[in-house]
Amino acid sequence: MQVQNEMKLQMESRSVNEAYARVAVSAFAASLDPTVEELNDIKTAVSEAVTNCIVHAYKNAVGKIYITVKIFENGEVQITVRDRGCGIADIKKAREPLFTTLGGDRAGLGFSVMESFCDRIFVRSAVGKGTTVTLRKRIRGKGAGVDA
Amino acid sequence: MHTAIETDGKTMFVYLEGELDHHNAGGVRDKIDEFAAAFCPEHAVLDFGGVGFMDSSGIGLVMGRYKLLQTFGCTLELRNLSPHAYKVMRLAGLEKIAVLKKGKEGREDNASAK
Repeated sequence: MQVQNEMKLQMESRSVNEAYARVAVSAFAASLDPTVEELNDIKTAVSEAVTNCIVHAYKNAVGKIYITVKIFENGEVQITVRDRGCGIADIKKAREPLFTTLGGDRAGLGFSVMESFCDRIFVRSAVGKGTTVTLRKRIRGKGAGVDA
Repeated sequence: MHTAIETDGKTMFVYLEGELDHHNAGGVRDKIDEFAAAFCPEHAVLDFGGVGFMDSSGIGLVMGRYKLLQTFGCTLELRNLSPHAYKVMRLAGLEKIAVLKKGKEGREDNASAK
């Protein structure tokens, strides 16, 4: 499928950057004329993925987070959030609702939120090397109900 | 993120304003817990009217506060949830532990509340 537009973003894994990451990605996706709900879905999924990099991948350190966003001809957005952090030993377990290694006030619903707010999600990880989370969502946009 | 807390002696009203993510959740949590521990209210209302964005950190905040408030028999209510915040709360099944009210008028949706 043809890529229509693409952008790359790199930032440090500081929690203050969570807002920047989700706003930057949603602003880029705005060219597809998404609904408010679709924009919120994207913002939320990106926020979860980036938070995972900060609280898990680079738990006791500050590392780099790499985000790539591609917009395809069919109105699909692909967001890739990559880190070079600790990696996930058991991806299946990590994606289970309510599973968390952190305790405290983390609900263990990060992947559940990403799954329900996107169409598809892929996770690739290697312990000690890092994790790549790919989110895909078709933007139907404001005109969807009118001329679809 | 701005958090204002008021009480009428029985109920604790928490007015949340800003973006509720992992970066901001810790500060909000500390403010609520400090106030709740000092006053032990009978009922707590978290007002989401000023919350422009929320991710699963909001779920964690509510679940954590529920556990604390429960220790002294305090009930929990979430008010003025935006359609998005409501969707996130429902995803976590929070209607089982708190009364969820959408929008400015606060339509009740506690049919499944225990």
